[in-house]
Amino acid sequence: MGAKYFGARVERREDEPLLRGKGQFTDDIVLSDALVAVIVRSPWAHARIDSVDVSEAAGMPGVHSIWTMADLPDCLRGRQTPIQVPNAAIRQPHNFPVLADGEATFVGEPVAVVLADSRELGEDAAQMVFVDGVPLPVAADVGTAAEPGAPLMHSSLKDNIAADLVLQFGEDENPFEAAEVVIEETFRQHRGCCQAMECRAVQAQYDALTDQLTVWSAAQAPHMVKNIIVEMLGHDDGKVRVIAPDVGGGFGPKGMVYPEEVLCAALARETGRPVKWTEDRREHFLSTTQERDQIWTMRVAADRDGRLIAVEGDLVHDSGCAAPWGIILPYIAATTVPGPYVIPNYRMRMRSVFTNKPPTTPLRGAGRPQAVFAMERMMDRLADRLGLDPAEVRRRNMIRPDQMPYRMGLIYRDGSPLTYDSGDYPECQRLALAKADWEGFKQRQSAALAEGRYIGIGVANYVEGTGLGPYEGSKARVAADGRIEIASGAAPQGQGQKTILAQIAADAFGVPMEDVDVRVADTGIVPIGIGTFASRVTVNAGSSTHNASKSLRAKVIKFAALRLEVPEADIEIDSRVVRARGTNRSVTLGELRQFANGMPGFTLPEGLEPGLETADWFSPRQATYCNGTHVAEVEVDADTGAVEIRRYVVAHDSGRLVNPMAVDGQIQGGVAHGIGNALFEHMHYDDEAQPVTTTLADYLLPMAPDVPDVEIVHMETPTPLNPLGVKGAGEGGTIPAAACIVAAVEDALRPFGARFSECPLSPQRIVEVICQSKKVA
Amino acid sequence: MRPAPFEYHDPRHVSEAVDLLSSLENARPLAGGQSLMPMMNFRYGQFDHLVDLNRIDDLSFIDVDGSSIRIGAMTRQVEMQEDTRLAESVPVALEALSHVGHIATRNRGTIGGSLSHLDPAAELLAVSALLDGVVHLQGKEGKRSVPIEDYVVGYMTPAAEEGELLTSVDWNPWQGDHGWSFREFARRHGDFALAGAAVLMALDEAGSIARAAVTVFGVGPAPVRLKTAETSMVGEIPTRQLFELAGEEAASLEAMQDAVVSGSYRRHLARVLTVRALEEASVRAKDEKK
Amino acid sequence: MSLRDVSINVNGTDYQASVEPRLSLVELLRKKLSLTGTHVGCEHGVCGACTVMVDGRSVRSCLMLAVQADGAEVVTVEGLSEEQGPLGPLQAAFRRCHGLQCGFCTPGMLMTLTDFLTRNPEPTRDEVRIALTANACRCTGYKGIVDAAMEAAAEIRRAS
Repeated sequence: MGAKYFGARVERREDEPLLRGKGQFTDDIVLSDALVAVIVRSPWAHARIDSVDVSEAAGMPGVHSIWTMADLPDCLRGRQTPIQVPNAAIRQPHNFPVLADGEATFVGEPVAVVLADSRELGEDAAQMVFVDGVPLPVAADVGTAAEPGAPLMHSSLKDNIAADLVLQFGEDENPFEAAEVVIEETFRQHRGCCQAMECRAVQAQYDALTDQLTVWSAAQAPHMVKNIIVEMLGHDDGKVRVIAPDVGGGFGPKGMVYPEEVLCAALARETGRPVKWTEDRREHFLSTTQERDQIWTMRVAADRDGRLIAVEGDLVHDSGCAAPWGIILPYIAATTVPGPYVIPNYRMRMRSVFTNKPPTTPLRGAGRPQAVFAMERMMDRLADRLGLDPAEVRRRNMIRPDQMPYRMGLIYRDGSPLTYDSGDYPECQRLALAKADWEGFKQRQSAALAEGRYIGIGVANYVEGTGLGPYEGSKARVAADGRIEIASGAAPQGQGQKTILAQIAADAFGVPMEDVDVRVADTGIVPIGIGTFASRVTVNAGSSTHNASKSLRAKVIKFAALRLEVPEADIEIDSRVVRARGTNRSVTLGELRQFANGMPGFTLPEGLEPGLETADWFSPRQATYCNGTHVAEVEVDADTGAVEIRRYVVAHDSGRLVNPMAVDGQIQGGVAHGIGNALFEHMHYDDEAQPVTTTLADYLLPMAPDVPDVEIVHMETPTPLNPLGVKGAGEGGTIPAAACIVAAVEDALRPFGARFSECPLSPQRIVEVICQSKKVA
Repeated sequence: MRPAPFEYHDPRHVSEAVDLLSSLENARPLAGGQSLMPMMNFRYGQFDHLVDLNRIDDLSFIDVDGSSIRIGAMTRQVEMQEDTRLAESVPVALEALSHVGHIATRNRGTIGGSLSHLDPAAELLAVSALLDGVVHLQGKEGKRSVPIEDYVVGYMTPAAEEGELLTSVDWNPWQGDHGWSFREFARRHGDFALAGAAVLMALDEAGSIARAAVTVFGVGPAPVRLKTAETSMVGEIPTRQLFELAGEEAASLEAMQDAVVSGSYRRHLARVLTVRALEEASVRAKDEKK
Repeated sequence: MSLRDVSINVNGTDYQASVEPRLSLVELLRKKLSLTGTHVGCEHGVCGACTVMVDGRSVRSCLMLAVQADGAEVVTVEGLSEEQGPLGPLQAAFRRCHGLQCGFCTPGMLMTLTDFLTRNPEPTRDEVRIALTANACRCTGYKGIVDAAMEAAAEIRRAS
């Protein structure tokens, strides 16, 4: 049976309700008699909290109750939330409590919860909750917080270093000594925010009769939310259900399990009434996790042909006030640096450092954009030093396809040796350069310069470990009406997974897509699971859906053969009817389901389990590595510092494409996020770690005129690591974008000798650098 | 993010509104709401009384006669954009309006609201300064008229007394052939500008500058007319060099700075945009002459 | 605070409600009228998710009070097509062109474009992009939305 839907630009089944305003986001759900939670948050980045006076607020209209740490049930008092991704290398595994426990460690940390009849009344009361705090010295900046004697993020720490470790490979003892070229530079990158258009939201309902606790959350990983609620509340695992309904974007930070989720569940159980909390945009700026503050000191050794001999560096990562995702971010960053290049010797020290800011957790790219920025900027420096074309220096160092599978010499975050499974990096770069007319650019550039216009071009490569395990489950079954139902552990936030899984299931089972229903993101249908992050869902949930659907087909054929009394080879499935070839005998799938469910007086043959239902828990043995090349062409207004992206080309290889339309959408959207990181999105804090850019007028998201139509070239090198040959595609649009755009800006400003080692690049910064260069000249 | 509670009043006449505003404690007029409502949602502003001007029909009008324009305070930005008479007599204002916010905010936002809020980067404020605007205020004590340069007394601070309502603004459009330009630099389209410059320029028969008006805005706390340049350019042939001198004046203005944008960058932009606006206006002025 | 009565027509249906003056139009729609298609994205008038049409023009419903909409005709995303009927041209183009991913900003996008295409039925891509500065989207990178606007504009022109 050939694929019918796999690879087709199938329109999405998610779209119609969303376009009619009939989506169901968490805040849309109405639970009768619900209390609205409003969170009182710390105004200090670091403070000792002596008392919280709720007396005045408690008596205000519409107020049900007010909760501080001291009022919470025993199970939550004096406890930190568990670290979601523990790691033995964390020397100080600090995480925050659900409400500040005598000490607040960032502006926006929850201190108290008001439960009220409405958001308005809750906010009225929250204004009258008086928190008596004594400001403490602030660990405000990741650079200085790492130094000995710096103010401590939390009084329980001995210093601000959460983890300090080294990753390395290579045999040469002193690779830098004999090298013909050695380059050093320090790069700094700044925090950005999630800014999903839907802020976070939670609703929780407790039914005392059945002891059932149901939580709806705008989450990427409902199973992790469930696990942490079970662990913290000590609630029976079988009686906690977490559902992620329509989720308005995630991008990583919604994969974090937050205090508000635990609080709503706990307070629903305590009060016996549903509890609802909807984050507002200001809270999103203050309390949703962020990412990208890192300082990289890089050193590269090469020969005079530009071939790399060694790369070493020192990475300081801002973990914020906690380490909910452990050391995932610096670890991913450090393992991403080598990218598509052969590097004989590599050494990266990484320190994860606490600061009095919101925690950092993966945000689209998850440490990789910073790593690629550091490495690709070094490749540009190397090209400059040697007077070589930047693309040529890259090509000379690339891993060749005949070297696949390529073992780098590091251990990846999934514990397996970091081994690139497949891909053709030189060809990918060649395709991108050809599409962007790299060869013809020099001419375009000099023509523009003759008119007084500054245009530039940049290239950047990346390799990304995607499709991380350990597993994701899917169940396939024949429903009573003969339709095929897939229940998957996948939890989408706009990626179109219902459509993609339906495509996969329809092909694997052999029915029209219209006959396949897909349910996702509900721990009540698939009780265990991991979640949506690390570009892993199509690989894991897609493969388990494929396997479960195939085994469902096999099972249908077995039962049909039994029922229709013909050999299995004669069974044909034709939509909802199963026929015996060459006869007029048939049975509908619905009837066959009843037959397979069993009836008294009938014996099942040995080895055949009852029921038309199968499950699969696909578990890849390692990550699969996608790759890509970005080329950006920009024009810079050297007087104002404005940057216009004239063209943007992405050549990428994420293995086989299930739905090219959806993959294009991921790339275009990912590039938009990367443009934000390159030019716009900078979460500013002052010297006391007070956030400065806390509105969407101050924190600049790229808007429609700021994002060009990305020109996309697909390569499809199937991975041998899963039955579909697919790799992840959710982050590749973002990862090299900042490196690529900054390189292009620098190229445009070559006449001024401008150099940039940071992002985002504001027009102000561009003008400053141009002015400095002019002065030097 | 919900506003603190308030009493709501929606008078039908200016006099009623003035009575309410001058008699009620902690009362605030509500125009288009595109600046006030966000402040109230953030609870940066908490008022006991809101006096909604949206149902006062008398405040919504555009009068254009030969030499002057009067615009009612509650005239929405979109109504100004759609007015062909304005497009004819003050194209610089139409260009300015294209930078004001976005479709939905222009549908609600009013000129009176903009001139009461007084964001230093407000385009309609800059245009009012360029066109020698005069605002009309009405209070308990009666009506008065104040030229824009006296009206803006400081950062987001109008010369209106407590309870005094801005009812309309007069613009004095230039007669005869002239060129114009409106240039601003914002990080994204529709954002408040980091700096901007608006210019009107008329040439005489010999091609020398007969009259020039230059407003720089978004740099200091209030828009500024470059008086020295306006005077010294008269009688000169328009050249890049001449405009650079005006740019120098712009670059020496007092500039705001905050955690994100420096004063020196604002001044730098003021220079660049002033020169660009002068060049564009002079080209247009020459074209008009042809 | 005293309550005020509001009469409002939404998508052709008349509603009456008694509201606190501070209640925003979007909260009236979502909480009192159960029309949850209009989304709240920022409550400070920047993101555009809450955009609806009031008396024929698009507005931020987070910046307008419910009492200000007394007597007004409002159209929300739910009013862009008949409940059981086919999608409207703009909605259908969004689906064809992959103009949405998570769908949270989509209702506001549709309302802004409805207003824009009425005023400018034959736009260029750049004009669409400028109009779309009224709305933020974090998922799509805007290309599918611009494509959809162009296709819908062409289709609406053909049909008229």
